[in-house]
Amino acid sequence: MSYASFVIQLLNGLAAASSLFLVSAGLSLIFGVTRIVNFAHGSLYMLGLYGAYSLIEALGRTPLGFWSAVILAALAVGLVGVVIEVVVLRRIYRAPELFQLLATFAIVLVIKDVALAVWGSEDLVGPRAPGLAFPVEILGRRIPAYDLLLIVIGPVVLAAMWLLLARTRWGALVRAATQDREMVGALGVDQARLFTSVFFVGAVLAGLGGALQIPREPANLDLDLSVIADAFVVTVVGGLGSLGGAFLAAVLIGVAKAFCIGFGFSKLTLVVEFVIMGLVLVMRPYGLLGKPPATARFGEPAPPLQPPRRWPVVAWLVAFAVVPLLGDRYITVLMTDIACFALFAVSLHFIMGPAGMVSFGHAAYFGLGAYAGALLFKKAGLPMELALVLAPFVAGLFAVVYGWFCVRLSGVYLAMLTLAFAQISWSVVFQWDELTAGSNGLVGVWPSMWLSGKPAYYYMTLALCGLGIALLWRALFSPFGYVLRAGRDSPLRAEAIGIDLRAFQWAAFVLAGTLAGLAGAVFAFSKGSISPSSVSIAQSTDGLVMVLLGGVETLTGPVVGAAIFTWLRDTLARETEFWRAALGVVILLIVIVFPQGLVGGLKALYARWRPA
Amino acid sequence: MNGVVLRVDALHKAFGGVQAVEDVAFAVSAGELLALIGPNGAGKSTCFNMLNGQLEPDGGLIEFEGRNIVGMSPRAIWRLGVGRTFQITATFASLSVRENVQMALYSHAGKLTQFLSRFGSELRPEADALLAQVGMLDQAERPCGVLAYGDLKRVELAMALANQPRLLLMDEPTAGMAPRERVALMELAARLARAQKIAVLFTEHDMDVVFSQADRIIVLDRGRLIAGGLPAEVRANRDVQAVYLGSGH
Repeated sequence: MSYASFVIQLLNGLAAASSLFLVSAGLSLIFGVTRIVNFAHGSLYMLGLYGAYSLIEALGRTPLGFWSAVILAALAVGLVGVVIEVVVLRRIYRAPELFQLLATFAIVLVIKDVALAVWGSEDLVGPRAPGLAFPVEILGRRIPAYDLLLIVIGPVVLAAMWLLLARTRWGALVRAATQDREMVGALGVDQARLFTSVFFVGAVLAGLGGALQIPREPANLDLDLSVIADAFVVTVVGGLGSLGGAFLAAVLIGVAKAFCIGFGFSKLTLVVEFVIMGLVLVMRPYGLLGKPPATARFGEPAPPLQPPRRWPVVAWLVAFAVVPLLGDRYITVLMTDIACFALFAVSLHFIMGPAGMVSFGHAAYFGLGAYAGALLFKKAGLPMELALVLAPFVAGLFAVVYGWFCVRLSGVYLAMLTLAFAQISWSVVFQWDELTAGSNGLVGVWPSMWLSGKPAYYYMTLALCGLGIALLWRALFSPFGYVLRAGRDSPLRAEAIGIDLRAFQWAAFVLAGTLAGLAGAVFAFSKGSISPSSVSIAQSTDGLVMVLLGGVETLTGPVVGAAIFTWLRDTLARETEFWRAALGVVILLIVIVFPQGLVGGLKALYARWRPA
Repeated sequence: MNGVVLRVDALHKAFGGVQAVEDVAFAVSAGELLALIGPNGAGKSTCFNMLNGQLEPDGGLIEFEGRNIVGMSPRAIWRLGVGRTFQITATFASLSVRENVQMALYSHAGKLTQFLSRFGSELRPEADALLAQVGMLDQAERPCGVLAYGDLKRVELAMALANQPRLLLMDEPTAGMAPRERVALMELAARLARAQKIAVLFTEHDMDVVFSQADRIIVLDRGRLIAGGLPAEVRANRDVQAVYLGSGH
C-alpha cells in the first residue's frame, strides 16, 4: 500500500468516525445519567437520516436548504427523544433496571414501522451536499470535500460537549448525576427535568449523526440495529460515560474499518470492530478511558426464587400434550415454535436472572446450534437424529470459548461483550458462502421419516425442550444453582467463603449455551431451513423480550413470555403489515402496567387479593 | 497466651508515592482479641485487605499458623481457616438466613459442585447450631434481604464461623449499628472466639467497644504503628492521645 492510499484510507476512516462518535456520545451521556441502555438510540440515528432526506426534498437542494434540513432533523429527533422520555421511561425509572431495556426494545419496533409507513421499504439515496460535492485532490487522490468537513465536525462537537459539561450548571449536574445519581436527587435537583434534558441532548446527537450521513449513506430500515451495535462497541471500547473515550474509540474503529476495505478485506469490516472490542475488554475491562462503574447503593435485592409447584407443571404438560389431538396443523406448528423459544428463553433466563449475567447475544448459541445441526446433517451426512444430538454440544463449545472472556466482566460491559461475540458469529455465518450459503441460508434440513409428521415432531420437541427446561430448573435449586444466585447477590461474600465464582459462572454460561443450541437445532429441523437471522441481534433481543415480558425474577416467567411473544408476533403478523409497531405498543402497555413482568405482576396481584 | 496464630512483620504498601502502610508488625494468639485502631486514613483498611488477600503487599511477611500467605487469593486464605466479616455486611440477600450459613458449610465441605441434588437437605443441623450460637435460629427461614442490620451482622458472624476458623478478621464489625447493639455484638463475638480458641483481629471506631472487649490494642497512624499494649496502657499513651485528641491538647 502506498503512502497516498494510506492517507486516503485514514481520511475515509476519520470521516466515518464522526457520525459514529456523535451517536455513541449520545448513548453514553444517556446511560451515564439515567443508567438506561437505550436500545432505541440507533433508531433515533435512523430517524435523523430519514428526516434529513425529507427536509432536503422540502427545503431545496441548496446549501441553505441542506444545512437547515440537517439541523432541523437533529432537533426533531431531539423532540422524539423527549417524547420517549416523558411518555414512557419516566413512568418506569423505579422499575427494575432491565425493564427499561425492554421498553426501549419496544420503541425500536415502533420507530421501525413508523419509518416503514412514512418512507417505505426502499432505500432512499440522499443528495450530495450542495456546495461541497466537489472533490479535493490530496496526494494525487480525490476525496469529497464533504468528507473533510465531517472530519472536522467530530472534534468540534467533542469540544462543544466538553465545554457544555465543564462550564455550565447543566453540565455540572450531568457530571454529578453520572457519578452518584442518588446523591444528586438527595440534593434537591429536579431529576425529571435533568433526565428529559439529557434525553434531548442525547437524541439530538444521534439525529445529527444520522442527518450528517445523508450524502454518504442511503437511508434504510436496517440501520437501527446495525448502528446500535456499532454505538455499543464504541462506547464500551472508549469506556462508558467517557466522551473522550468515545471519540478515541470511534476514530480507532472507523479507521480500522476503512483500512479493511482499503486492503481488500472488505469481509472483515463486519468483524473487525468486535475483535477490537473483545481485545480491549480483556485487557482493559472498563474500556480505554473508562473507570469502574459506580455501584448503585440502593439497588433492590433480588427476591427469593421459588421452585415450581408440581400440579401446575403437570397441568401445563397435559395441556401441551393434547394440542396435536385438536388436529389443527397451524396450532401444532405454533406450539412447536413456542416450545423451542421457551427453552431458548429459559436458558437465557438461567444466566441473566439467577446468575446475574445479562446477555445481549444469546442468539449466538441458538443460531450456532441450528447451523451445527443443519451442517452435520447436510454436509457431514450424519443421520438427522445424531445431528440433532450433537448440535447442542457444538453450541456449547462456542459457549466455552465466548464464556471464558465474558465471565471476566460484569454488568453492562458483560452484556456488550456477549453482543460482540454474537455479532462475530453472525458475520461469519453471513459471509461464509461456501459453508453456510450466506444470506440465503441452508434448506432441505428435514427430519427423518418417523418424525416427518407435524404431531410426531411436536411431541419430540416437547420432550426435548421439556427435558432441557427441567434440567435447568433442577440445576437452579442444586448447590450449583445456589452458588450462582449467591454470586449474583454478593460476589464479595462468595469469594470470602471460598467459592471460585468465575468457574461457576463459566459453567453456567456453557450449560445455558448448550441448551440454547438444542433449542436452535430442534427449531431448524422443524422449519426445514435455517437462515442467518437465527444468529442475529433481532433474535437475541427476542429472547430478552420474552424473558423480561414474563418476568426475570420468576421461574415460569420466561416460558409464559416466550408463549405470549411468539403467539402475539404470529397473530399480529397475519393481521397487519405493521405488526412490529403493534407488538411494540403491546409491550409498552405491559411494561407500564406490569413493571415486574407478566408473571411477577400477576403474582403481586394475587398476593394483594389473597388476604382479603 | 498460647500459640501465635497470625504473625505480621515489616509489612509495606504504597499507593503511588504515598506510604499507606509502613513497617507494621504484630501478632495475634489463639483466643486473643486484638483491636487495630487509628484515625481515618491511618491505613487500617489497607492493612486488613492485605491480610485477607485482596491486596498484595509491596513487602513484608504475613504468617498464618507458621505459613506465609502473602500472594494467596482470598479464597485460598479462607480455605486455610481464616474467617472474615465485612464493614458493610455482605450476605446473599435472596437466600434465607439458614441457606446463607449452609452456603458456607457446603463450601467448606466441598459440596457446592453438585449439580442435580437439592440444595439445603444436608448440613442443616450444623447450620442451625451456628445460628443458635448467634441467636438467629428463630429467623432461619427469612430471606437475608429483609433483615434488620444488626441481625445481618449476626448472620455474617455465623457464616464466618462456618469453616471452623482459627483466625477471624472483622473489619469494623459494629459499623452502622445502634450504640447498645454494638457492645452486645462484640461481646457475642468475643465469647464465641474465646470459647473456641479463635484468634480475632478487628478494626473499630467505637472506643467503648474497643476498650471493653479487646485483650490488646495496637494503634496505627499514617501507616505506622505508634503504640500497642493492654487497653489501660494504650489509654494512657501520650502519642495516642495526641492522635485522637489533636496535638493542641
